[in-house]
Amino acid sequence: MATKVTMEALSPTMEEGRLVKWLKNEGDPVAKGDVLAEVETDKAVMELTARGDGVLRARLAAEGDTRPVGELLAVIGAPDENIDALTKKAPAAALTPSEPSPPRSEVPSASQAAAAPTPAATMPTSAPPSAPTSGGNGGGRARSSPLARRLASERGLDLARLHGSGPGGRVIRRDIEAAASAAPVTAAPPAVRPAPPVPRTAGAGDFEDIPLTQIRKTIARRLAESNGPIPTFFLTADFDLTSVRELRERMIALGDEFKVSYNDILLKAIATALSRHPEVNAHWLGDSIRHHHRVHLGMAVAVEDGLITPIIADADRKRISEIARESRELAKRARERKLAPGEYTGATATVSNLGMFGIDEFTAIINPPEVAIFAVGAVGDVPVVIDGALVVRTRVRITMSCDHRAVDGATGARFMQTLHRLIENPLMLVF
Amino acid sequence: MAIITYRDALNQALREEMQRDDRVFIMGEEVGIYQGAYKVSKGLLQEFGEMRVVDTPITELGFAGVGVGAAMVGLRPVIEFMTWNFALLALDQVVNSAAKMLSMSGGQFNIPMVFRGPNGAALQLSAQHSQAWESWLAHIPGLKVVAPGTPYDAKGLLKSAIRDDNPVLVLEGEMLYNVKGEVPESDYTIPIGKAQVKREGDHVTIVSYGKMINVANQAADQLAKDGIRAEVIDLLTLRPLDAETVCASVRKTNRAVVVEEGWEICGMGAQIADYVQRDCFDDLDAPVLRVHQADVPMPYAKNLERAAKPDAQKTVAAVRQVLYLD
Repeated sequence: MATKVTMEALSPTMEEGRLVKWLKNEGDPVAKGDVLAEVETDKAVMELTARGDGVLRARLAAEGDTRPVGELLAVIGAPDENIDALTKKAPAAALTPSEPSPPRSEVPSASQAAAAPTPAATMPTSAPPSAPTSGGNGGGRARSSPLARRLASERGLDLARLHGSGPGGRVIRRDIEAAASAAPVTAAPPAVRPAPPVPRTAGAGDFEDIPLTQIRKTIARRLAESNGPIPTFFLTADFDLTSVRELRERMIALGDEFKVSYNDILLKAIATALSRHPEVNAHWLGDSIRHHHRVHLGMAVAVEDGLITPIIADADRKRISEIARESRELAKRARERKLAPGEYTGATATVSNLGMFGIDEFTAIINPPEVAIFAVGAVGDVPVVIDGALVVRTRVRITMSCDHRAVDGATGARFMQTLHRLIENPLMLVF
Repeated sequence: MAIITYRDALNQALREEMQRDDRVFIMGEEVGIYQGAYKVSKGLLQEFGEMRVVDTPITELGFAGVGVGAAMVGLRPVIEFMTWNFALLALDQVVNSAAKMLSMSGGQFNIPMVFRGPNGAALQLSAQHSQAWESWLAHIPGLKVVAPGTPYDAKGLLKSAIRDDNPVLVLEGEMLYNVKGEVPESDYTIPIGKAQVKREGDHVTIVSYGKMINVANQAADQLAKDGIRAEVIDLLTLRPLDAETVCASVRKTNRAVVVEEGWEICGMGAQIADYVQRDCFDDLDAPVLRVHQADVPMPYAKNLERAAKPDAQKTVAAVRQVLYLD
């Protein structure tokens, strides 16, 4: 079977080469490895070597010609072999310079066979080489093994420009290694044989692998689900609770059954604001964003060995007194581990409050697929300047964590404006 | 260390486990007075008596079912099938009772029992008595399936199987019973669910199990003469299957050949190839190839039977193909 001699990619970036000089004449016997010609690449003059044994039957390019990588330059074959089929199709033949030889009972030794594709000069040529199914114009997909693809990408080699020695022109590991060792490290002076560079292989010393412990895996997986892939930003604002305090005091004055906490009122305010901003009351679904029309507000509750977020369903439609009763009940049952799964799954947004621990402000980590979480700090009296005068006001600081994939800065800021209006005018919450 | 046959290694395992735990008993055709169709139960009737070495009629479905019932009430039966070919009659008890009882009883009844016997072809036993059932059996959730290929592994795996609290199927081989190897007289077990690198190499991974592990080793010997270093992995357990050991090897060699005794379609090799393509796709330099029985009922004629069976020569050819040598 004849062996095609093609313009090979002699450097990783080579797209075409100029045939400087033929070193073999038509009719000369050639052996695998013989230098056939000198080729000028974009970097240096390199040697084009034979990949099969036989006789140089035809030279299809003249000295000085520039040819794209993959184009047929010559044919090596047995002296009496019919090579018409190859030479006629010369311009179209690309990317599959050698055909696999059929299985034979007597096989070459491993070292021989491993060194190069196995053209068998003695094989009959009655069957023409099968046409490659990948494109013949250089635009087709080069066949390659998964390993070859990985190695090529690691070494910055273009697969489409490599000679594939596997079945059907498949580029396999040895082709990558051949290309890597053929690539000159620096531009060598013309006509000087470049020193064979040591192929760069990923090996010992390049890195050290530290195995992950179970706890590291869990930490990485859980935290990456939040702070890793979720691009989070934070919006912090102070909210004046003077009106809320007055409202609360008046309600308490009406009797114990009207007693609610600051947190209950803030939950109600956040839920009401969420109902007006579905773009915040949303889930990130990977390929879409789901705006929820109902508000199911999660509230983070510390339990003995962690935390859980029971849910106040339809929190925006509940009265403050209902929220107060329900949040107390849920927190109690959360600590007793008596929550049913339906009571802590499906939140559309979550509130976390560390005010009772004296934390002034903090940031909370979004609980996917939700896109926002609200971190509520301690309620306290602070000095503030109002109309040029220093006065003492009851205030709270709330930080909103936003998933930027779903919520933009202005979107979050508008939500915080709504929340401001509600908290500073709490009658709107009972309207 | 003593060099004994695979048959005697199994016999040692049975004897030691029956001495260790009086809930263990064996039952099957010819296991008692005749000392076992393949003499695996030799001497056990004399040592343990007929309450613990029970001869049955030729009723595979019946005695498999009696075994399941005994396991449900706390005994640890070892059911011998004269061969797995005959176990087809008992598959309803194996699949529908033994495998599923734990799940269907909501965890109330586990089935600590062993079904064992020779699997696959011997020599000229023709189509109905030369069948490798491992892919049928390993298909069933609720079962564990082991396939030892050496005397050492036979003893260690059978002991683990008897001590396991779930139904374990032990696939032996008629052509293995006379194979000799080193077996400690001491008590040892081999963990179920763990494959073993039987031979290290870095050019190609040959995955096999049971009787075929010997074919894989022969092929590796031949390949070594050509300078090809094959890594041979013995799965030992077919369910649960240790894909991690296989993939770790393929990541090193970049190519794999599976040698299996059964037919190609839906065979064990298909499952191995699936794990490999899924877990180490980017490490593959060649498709995974499989060496298996020809897709025909096993012929009786000696020459045709030889042609139908997987062997070292076919394995070598497959290895050379994944190495792109031919």
